[in-house]
Amino acid sequence: MEQYLPILIFVLVAAAFPVVTLVVARVIRPHKPDPVKLSSYECGLESVGEVRDRTSVRYYLIAVLFVIFDVEVIFMFPWAVRFKQLALLGFVSMATFLGILLLGYYYAWRKGALEWV
Amino acid sequence: MTFAAVLETLIKIGVVFFVALTAVAYLTLAERKISGWIQDRIGPNRVGPWGLLQPLADGIKFMMKEEVVPSYAHRPIYMAAPALLLISALSALAIIPFGDRLSLGGYEVRLAIADVNIGILFFLAMSSVGVYGIVLAGWSSNNKYAMLGGLRASAQMISYELGLGLSLIGVLMVSGSLRLSQIVEQQGSFSSWNVWSQPLGFLIFMVSAFAETNRLPFDLAEAETELVAGYHTEYSAIKFSMFYMAEYVNMITASALMATLFFGGWQLPFPAEAAGVEGNHLALLQILCFLIKTGFFLFVFIWVRWTLPRFRYDQLMHLGWKVLLPLALLNLIWVGIGVAWGWF
Repeated sequence: MEQYLPILIFVLVAAAFPVVTLVVARVIRPHKPDPVKLSSYECGLESVGEVRDRTSVRYYLIAVLFVIFDVEVIFMFPWAVRFKQLALLGFVSMATFLGILLLGYYYAWRKGALEWV
Repeated sequence: MTFAAVLETLIKIGVVFFVALTAVAYLTLAERKISGWIQDRIGPNRVGPWGLLQPLADGIKFMMKEEVVPSYAHRPIYMAAPALLLISALSALAIIPFGDRLSLGGYEVRLAIADVNIGILFFLAMSSVGVYGIVLAGWSSNNKYAMLGGLRASAQMISYELGLGLSLIGVLMVSGSLRLSQIVEQQGSFSSWNVWSQPLGFLIFMVSAFAETNRLPFDLAEAETELVAGYHTEYSAIKFSMFYMAEYVNMITASALMATLFFGGWQLPFPAEAAGVEGNHLALLQILCFLIKTGFFLFVFIWVRWTLPRFRYDQLMHLGWKVLLPLALLNLIWVGIGVAWGWF
């Protein structure tokens, strides 16, 4: 675990930086709010409707596809690191796995899940 | 850990922080200067000679400006989002080896903050955490432009993360390790740089890195002609500057990784003996070499931004899912054959 300690220290320093900056800026900057200034920015017009409304279902689809393919990539990391030792057996089993996955990819493509219209 | 090791770590962190933040400040100036030259303008030249004090003036202005927090914003998340983005961007710097080793009076100093055996995974994890910063910024602002920008940015970043991850696998197959120092050592001679054996992998990595950092031609998340400023529309003063800092830190990390993974990192382009120096001088030369490579890719980032027009959103998704993904698998097969036949 000891080799991770520098990362922990680095993350702590990295976390301290924005916190200190925010606090210093808060002390020295002016603060004169008024209702118009604090309204949502919409190019100077009165804000209309809700923000957290329904959005395109495409975003959801992309997220689902991402989960499938990203897990696949993570699977391949340990395989790639040991690729030279696993030799032919490793290559064939990964090719089989990828083949099954590519079948799904082809299906998603044909179904138009990858189109953005 | 011994006291000396802790001290060494702290000094290295201090140096990396100082260099990274100064680089961020001067990258903003470089961006404006280079864009000026590309468009046949002069660029900033009022503050100090050649505008060299411009970043300082910008910094003071960011600190002194009034901050406007919209009254409908979800305050705690609104406050945390830019800090989260910046922290994750900075943390990724911890794993980059910027040189081999320096000996100070018999004490060996490895020139990387943390040379962990999961190096690349840590980078991927941190870039994923960065997506949270952007999504939360867009959501908590309670502004339509910010919301749309945040949604677009997250969809774009997760789409291109696949290309990024798959292009990295080719490098891992050759080096057999996730440890960045080992990947650099494996590229010892000029001819064994990964870019020669897998140029396609490098291309995919570079395109994905552009998309991951939300830089043109992939800056749809902050396309100013339609979304004002995207996810940071409602941010002002110091918080606004944090989004910019995070973007430039991400650029630095991406450039450093391109140099490390595909262009031999701190390795010289010729045999070390030919340099005619050894010991600490050689180490310094190697650091210089690393900085030049990283600087070159940073220049490419800026150059591309002021040369190419922006993609349309369906083109972006088409490129990510239908072009980069199959190409990355092709690259994988190519590297697999190459390694199996012992070509590289």
